[in-house]
Amino acid sequence: MIDALLAGPLGTPLAILVLALVTYLCRASGVLLMSRVRLTPRVERGLRALPGSIVVATALPTGLAAGIPGLAGLVTAAAVMALTRFELAAVMAGLAAVAGLRALGL
Amino acid sequence: MFQTKPPAAAPFTRAGMMTGLRASLPLWPSIAVFGAAFGAAAAQRGLSTAEAAATSALVYAGAAQMVTLEVWGRPWTLSLLLSAMTVTALINARMILMGATIQPWMRGTPLWRTALTLFVLVDASWLIGVRHRSEGGRDLGVLFGAGFGLWPLWIVSTVAGHLAGALVTQPRAYGLDMILPVFFAAMLAPLWRGARPALPWLVAGITALIVQRLVPGYGFIAAGAMAGLITGLLVDDGAAR
Repeated sequence: MIDALLAGPLGTPLAILVLALVTYLCRASGVLLMSRVRLTPRVERGLRALPGSIVVATALPTGLAAGIPGLAGLVTAAAVMALTRFELAAVMAGLAAVAGLRALGL
Repeated sequence: MFQTKPPAAAPFTRAGMMTGLRASLPLWPSIAVFGAAFGAAAAQRGLSTAEAAATSALVYAGAAQMVTLEVWGRPWTLSLLLSAMTVTALINARMILMGATIQPWMRGTPLWRTALTLFVLVDASWLIGVRHRSEGGRDLGVLFGAGFGLWPLWIVSTVAGHLAGALVTQPRAYGLDMILPVFFAAMLAPLWRGARPALPWLVAGITALIVQRLVPGYGFIAAGAMAGLITGLLVDDGAAR
């Protein structure tokens, strides 16, 4: 019955709404969870470590999965950002490194 | 950094929104290109312009949208929908942790304002907000403004990419599939506070790589980030109290 509904004209709008709901729950649940946690110095220390950890855990495996061009893109972007503190330059340089090395067949 | 007892709800000003919007401007070109890439990919997967635009407007999470296209139903079945939900939740699991990092900042804020700010919470606005906080600011308008400003751009570029379709047939050749990791790598520089506070990052990275090897799918992001959080809880980072 659910399959019949999903296969009908309402299927895609319904799927989009469900995926939007899943995403919003992800956005809201961290805030809801933390509103029940007392902010001790230890918890604050964990939260301080979290942004960089999210960044590394997302970027490193995705970059390495793309091989040498991927790794070069990550290193280039981090280096250019450290030198210039200008996001656009860093992102463009990173993507240029990826595209360039791929064009060379790496 | 994070105050132990915020005196009252954080301010939410128009000036803050403009600051957030301005801080997001350097990212507009790459996000527009990413949005166009999603639109083009959606066209190839058979989504109508309206469906692609609605996905961008309501889901508003680039990486998840892109990967969900891989399991997009033509037509939808319950099992396809469940796998699309799983992929979306796993890729967006990092938002749970992002929410945790900004919650202390949102304490005491009216519910509607929190709900609205969370709807437009994206990687870029979160990083801009984290940076604002680490520089001593606490205006929630910055977090909202950055995410809210990128929202119409994301929708419009999706539509443009969908209509242009064939223009971006090879996003890989331009490295566009790497925008998110490259953008994240760039954000490490402003977050850097020396080697000792970066120890959890190292643990997070190693854990993510191991989990990526052992478990198929996208669970590695949440697993790595959790490992970093736990390391942060256990190990002194040498920060002054």
